[in-house]
Amino acid sequence: MELIDFFWIIVKATIVAVALLSFSNLAVLAERKVSSWIQGRVGPNRTSIPILGAIPVIGTGLTKMGLFQPVADGLKLLLKEDPVPAHVNKFYFFLAPIAAMIPAVTTVAVVPVGQIIENGVAVPLVLADLDIGMLFIFAVSALGVYGMILAGWASNSKYPFLGGIRSSAQMISYELSMGLSILPVFMWSNAPGVESGLSLFSVVQNQQFVWGIIFMPISALLFLVSIFAETNRLPFDMPESESELVAGFNTEYGSFKFGLFFAAEYAHIIVGSGIFAALFLGGWHPLPFNPMGWELQPSGLLGALISMGIFLGKTFFVVFFFIWIRWTLPRFRYDQVMKLGWTMMLPLALVNLIVYAIVFAFIDMN
Amino acid sequence: MAIKKIERKPLTLAEKSYLPQIASGLKITLKNIFRPTVTLQYPEERPEIPEGYRGVPTLVKDPNGREKCVSCQLCEFVCPPKAIRITPGELDEESENAHVEKGPKEFEVNMLRCIYCGFCQEVCPEEAIWLQDTFSVSGYTREELVYKKDKLYELGGTLPDDHHKWDKKKAAENSGNPH
Amino acid sequence: MSEEQKDDGLISVFIDDEEVRCKPGTNLVDLVASVGQEIPHYCYHPKLSVSGNCRMCLIELGMPGRDRATGEPMLNEDGTPKIMFFPNPAIACGTKAGPGMHVRTKSEMVKKCREGVMEFLLINHPLDCPICDQAGECKLQEFATDYGKGYSRFVEQKVVKPKRTVLGPRVMLDDERCVLCSRCIRFSKEIANDDVLGFVDRGSYSTLTCYPGKQLENNYSLNTVDICPVGALTSRDFRFKMRVWFLKETPSICTESSVGVNTLVASREGKIYRITPRRNDDVNDTWMPDSGRMLYKEVEADNRLSEGGNIEQVPAYLESDKLAYVGSAKASVEELYLLNRLSRATKSVANYVVGRTQEGDELLISNDVNPNTRGALSVGFIESLPGAELSELGAKIDSGDVDTLVVYNEDLTAAGISVEQLAKVKIVYFGTASNATSEAAELVIPTQSVFEKEGTFINQQFRLQKFLEATPGPAGVAEDLVSFSRLLNHIEPDTGKLETAEAVWSELSKEVSMFDGITFGGLSPEGVQLDGSAFKHLPFCEGKTLHYEPAVETVEAEA
Repeated sequence: MELIDFFWIIVKATIVAVALLSFSNLAVLAERKVSSWIQGRVGPNRTSIPILGAIPVIGTGLTKMGLFQPVADGLKLLLKEDPVPAHVNKFYFFLAPIAAMIPAVTTVAVVPVGQIIENGVAVPLVLADLDIGMLFIFAVSALGVYGMILAGWASNSKYPFLGGIRSSAQMISYELSMGLSILPVFMWSNAPGVESGLSLFSVVQNQQFVWGIIFMPISALLFLVSIFAETNRLPFDMPESESELVAGFNTEYGSFKFGLFFAAEYAHIIVGSGIFAALFLGGWHPLPFNPMGWELQPSGLLGALISMGIFLGKTFFVVFFFIWIRWTLPRFRYDQVMKLGWTMMLPLALVNLIVYAIVFAFIDMN
Repeated sequence: MAIKKIERKPLTLAEKSYLPQIASGLKITLKNIFRPTVTLQYPEERPEIPEGYRGVPTLVKDPNGREKCVSCQLCEFVCPPKAIRITPGELDEESENAHVEKGPKEFEVNMLRCIYCGFCQEVCPEEAIWLQDTFSVSGYTREELVYKKDKLYELGGTLPDDHHKWDKKKAAENSGNPH
Repeated sequence: MSEEQKDDGLISVFIDDEEVRCKPGTNLVDLVASVGQEIPHYCYHPKLSVSGNCRMCLIELGMPGRDRATGEPMLNEDGTPKIMFFPNPAIACGTKAGPGMHVRTKSEMVKKCREGVMEFLLINHPLDCPICDQAGECKLQEFATDYGKGYSRFVEQKVVKPKRTVLGPRVMLDDERCVLCSRCIRFSKEIANDDVLGFVDRGSYSTLTCYPGKQLENNYSLNTVDICPVGALTSRDFRFKMRVWFLKETPSICTESSVGVNTLVASREGKIYRITPRRNDDVNDTWMPDSGRMLYKEVEADNRLSEGGNIEQVPAYLESDKLAYVGSAKASVEELYLLNRLSRATKSVANYVVGRTQEGDELLISNDVNPNTRGALSVGFIESLPGAELSELGAKIDSGDVDTLVVYNEDLTAAGISVEQLAKVKIVYFGTASNATSEAAELVIPTQSVFEKEGTFINQQFRLQKFLEATPGPAGVAEDLVSFSRLLNHIEPDTGKLETAEAVWSELSKEVSMFDGITFGGLSPEGVQLDGSAFKHLPFCEGKTLHYEPAVETVEAEA
């Protein structure tokens, strides 16, 4: 590999990582804003930056929208005292937030965020268009749970420990149905004669005619619920469950280390939303139902931007959906989470898989 | 004790799946997003203080500028959290209010203790202590939040006097009656 | 009425048809009060002559009827005696109980009478309860709630009378509040023998005033404030200081002289505001001297001791074998007892008490200034009457027979010991106030004043009277009994803890025959009369006081 290519990859990776973290920061703001709207409140509208915030319309408008709030939040997390309790296992205690953050940022590498049509050939806008994209995602994102288990264990304290245990149990329970739920998607994209592997790009391209969610609604539902569980979002936020476990696995954490957990959670959500958008919402395909297969995007840079916009729009809608659900549903009881995972989701995923396998077999026979 | 057994209707499949309920919940929260907010932008916007609001207890003066309080200490007596502390004193013989004889030398309301019950206003025979519209109390020290007499009069201002009890008394004292 | 009952000299009076047995001639107001009811009254006072001018105590009076022609008792149809009620009401205070008398205190007519009297009294009364010191203990207020109208029908201008009149150095008068009961006039004349008050301008403008050129300045003037049923007479010391409903009243004993006036100490949150007399018909009736009322100021006096040494330092001084104790006849029986135990337990050379005498006023100030001379004698702290000069102690100091002194609340320089003599000895000083002796002392232990502790005094009549703790005393000052008890425990570890008056009395009642069967808790507020015959031979320097006549031989001995 030439040095220049390597350099480009570094630049692109940095851009993507920074973008992801910025989005996760904005997602925090979105969470606060949406929750306040749902509750009839206004949300953050006070934080301002001295000179910028004083600009008549733009500055005051941004202040009103709370756009300076993430800066303040981030600064606060950075500058606060970082206490390390005496009873913790220091090495793992420090390792845990890093272990939580890395998978969240890594998985984004294989998520295609758009396409660019060059000479009639669609090329994905992705850091690494791996054949085994989905497998990579499963493999890496499952590592995220180590962050929580480590945090729970290294904290050497009962509430974090319970949170860590719950997190791992929940991860195991839902990983299965999550994997099973998307098998039909890849079965479909790997129709006889097509070599798309587990690449997300080809899955998206496959949905040009119709979005996955339309002909595989059960899969979509199972996958969606599973990401909720995987990202520890309400109503599945067992590891944290404030009302029971203080703050769950991150009880003993503060300042920047807590900030890493916090950012990782939202990065997870964004990546999860992106994958959902790619798998079931047609990625950058604007129409849910396009039987004629119209190519709706121009080629070149403009088309790339449009496709990226569409993809990000869908992703943000799913993020919004995450938030929306959080402020609508109460938390499950722990046993209910387990029961749902093992007695409902898993059988349903199996049945779903078998049904689609049979259906695809019939289609392929014809 | 009779126990009544109530037959629960078995849940339908849709109900068991819980999804319609989630959908209806989402509908409600979505509706809420588009409803106007009820938040009052506090320091800029102020709530409308209704009549009879019980804010901070204040001392008031009558239209002649006379302090109405005669330090009878009934409010101190009735105050449930013992927030009021009065040091009674005799009014100066030379002052134009000498006919009232008694007034508070010191009058302290400990705002950290006050529970805004309004008993002091209710019990006051001179209508001198009023819970008015001030509701925002803040300070850096505990001492600061023990409101002294001058602060209480500053907050209270002047209220009309419906009875002119002491004015009438002074007039009678000045005119006297012949015998 | 049976023959047997007649023999005890009591008669039957019927109050609202309830039979009450009483001595003939009992005042009806007192009689009704003795059965737990109240006839409202302003001018009547049990210790003063009856003037009957307030008309508040009107009642209906009746006697069993007798047939005019035959003299036979008139009977109702059911055979009970027929009661003939007088058509007009009578004043209860001016009526003495007679056999068979019937009294109605709650009838419609009585109620109307009282309402009428109340309305008249309130016509000219200023509406200044909020500034009136009497509010809360004002009879006019109390009866206005019972019999008042709640509003006034009087539309004319109220009578204007002098306000803020200075009657004397301690008494202020507000004539507008006066209900003309004349209690103060009668008190000055009958009890204080200082007839300076009187009414002038009789009629609508009746005004209480002093005789021209005179002042109400006798030493009993503040009693007029106590007996004033309204707020007309007020104490200049207590005026506008504190509302009475805040005051906690603790029974106490005045330490002014050996009369042992019963008092109530009124305090709020550890601060004493006034001292008022407590009725004790065997000692002070309902009076007390003005001078005794000011004693509470010592509590917050400038020379009050609140810091000093530790009680742990005292035992080192008690090891001397040339030790002498100077107690105080102002100390309580308990303290003197513990001091005596202490003196017996250590190698004490002698115990002393400083005697003080003065010219009594034949009323409530006796010749013996010390309130507890008899207590010091009773517990055996001293054997004979104390002298004013401690010349014997001075001699012992000079001769070197005494090198350590434990002084309890006495200034030895006032008792004939010179400062040079004090300098020759080591002094441990227990006391409430600093003085020349405390200055000379090596160790000063602050103690509590009489208002801050409990205990007993024995007065000139050998009456044992107790006082209770009114205020907690300055922070860090140990109770006297606790200090002495700890010292005693240090020397005699077997002795039990005698840190409360109750505990001391459990020992004291066993040890001193005079105190047999007495417990501190069981001591009634009026006190108990002891048998002082054991000390009959001592020439007490007492003259006549209100309820005390000196024994004849004592007077002779003095003469």
